[in-house]
Amino acid sequence: MLNALSLYLHYLRVSVRSQMQYRASFIMLSISQLMATGIEFLSITILFARFGTFEGWTLPEVALFYGMVNVGFSFSDAAARGFDLFGNMVKSGDFDRLLLRPRSTALQLASQELTLRRVGRFSQGLAVLIWGAATLPIRWTAAKVVLMIASILGGTCLFYGLIVLQATLAFWTTESLEIVNSVTYGGVQTVQYPLAVYQRWFQRFFIYIIPLACVNYFPVLVILGRDDPLGSPMLLRWVAPVAGLLFLVGALQVWKLGVRHYTSTGS
Amino acid sequence: MKAYRAIISARFRMFLQYRAAAIAGVGTQLFFGLVLIMIYEAFYRSSSAPKPMSYPQVVTYVWLGQAFLAMLPWYTDYEIYGLIRTGAVAYELLRPVDLYAFWYCRILASRSASTLLRAVPIFLIAGLFLGLRPPPTLASAAAWALAMLGALLLGCSISVLTMLSLLWTTSGLGITQLVSTVVLVLSGMSVPLPLFPDWARPILDVLPFRGLVDVPFRLYNGSLPPEEVLPLFLQQLAWTAGLVLLGRWLLGRGMRRLVVQGG
Repeated sequence: MLNALSLYLHYLRVSVRSQMQYRASFIMLSISQLMATGIEFLSITILFARFGTFEGWTLPEVALFYGMVNVGFSFSDAAARGFDLFGNMVKSGDFDRLLLRPRSTALQLASQELTLRRVGRFSQGLAVLIWGAATLPIRWTAAKVVLMIASILGGTCLFYGLIVLQATLAFWTTESLEIVNSVTYGGVQTVQYPLAVYQRWFQRFFIYIIPLACVNYFPVLVILGRDDPLGSPMLLRWVAPVAGLLFLVGALQVWKLGVRHYTSTGS
Repeated sequence: MKAYRAIISARFRMFLQYRAAAIAGVGTQLFFGLVLIMIYEAFYRSSSAPKPMSYPQVVTYVWLGQAFLAMLPWYTDYEIYGLIRTGAVAYELLRPVDLYAFWYCRILASRSASTLLRAVPIFLIAGLFLGLRPPPTLASAAAWALAMLGALLLGCSISVLTMLSLLWTTSGLGITQLVSTVVLVLSGMSVPLPLFPDWARPILDVLPFRGLVDVPFRLYNGSLPPEEVLPLFLQQLAWTAGLVLLGRWLLGRGMRRLVVQGG
């Protein structure tokens, strides 16, 4: 276990060093990612300016939902690059090489790259989060801070799990499917607004099937000190972020199933 | 002329081969459309003040956006990108065709093929079940068709410009992404332009990006009257001509100082 961790860190150091060889390109890509993801919040601001209210939610409140999900997603987006590109690996048959090495395939893929340019999404998400938190009259307690960090990390785990599942599909389809982007990028887009404004079936989808509400909507309500229009119990709102971790563990089990099913394309 | 027709039809047929990717793309786009519509629905529920665009018009606008997403100049032609990076662009210079027109035609074909693949199913599904309405009058439909042609020509001229930036930077992914961000916001793709603050409207109206999304979509949903199409179409054409001239000039300069990469 300890050995795996140190190997993981070593790989990441190598990846960081190699990206730093192209410093100008890294800076350019980070800035452009910052702007590309930042327009989301710009759109929200424009809509708030035009309509004034949003079902009783204010712009700084939405900023909190937005900031937390974007920060959480940026971590997994940076760390899951290996799984992201996994489809190509199956197609070219390169996955065979990973199977020959005396370490788990998940570890090898996870340590393939730490995509530094995701700092673009991370920094704009963090800036919006800080602005929202500073503008709102929140009574911060240690427990709330812990809950916030736990939900961000829970979000990271959940998105990581989704990307692992997307990669797992490639064992059967030899192609990574764009449709999963609906629940990763689309999920980010969805939960950056409070879940209560959506239609019933849609809320259920993001609570029970892809539990994004558990790492964003429920804990943010606790932090805001607001009642839930959906009527969730208080205890659930505190423990909900664990769902992200459970989702990741489940996804890795499915991954193992996929590996067992793997037949090389043989090229 | 025959050569360019051949280029367009060959690229077109190539793109029609990627049907599975298109089906997956349609699913994703339906999902994004549904999310956007629910958000607009909540905003329209919250405030009863008069709006520059009605809720059913916005629903139609959102679905048009999903259907014609691939037409926006925000994907670059990665093959030409590869040619420039590897230095194979030198071969392009040997072809007995005008290079600018050649690249423009390639982009035109891939844009229209991938748009067609996605637009038809989204139109069907959203039109039957999800609130996409037909244009209010026949005149609106005709005005829309004309403006779509203008939008396509304009979009391709912007794409060629982004691609030409590769002649100077070689790693142009950053620039491509920046251009696509600017296009998404200023064209009205991310938020319809009438919903922008009123002080921004005069600026948005003179920029070329409006011709890509705002003009055709609002002619379609009736928020722009069809008789306004002529000046708007001329504006699209004028910007296209300007950007083509700029592109030709840049290409000429780029080719004179071109150092072919690698061997």
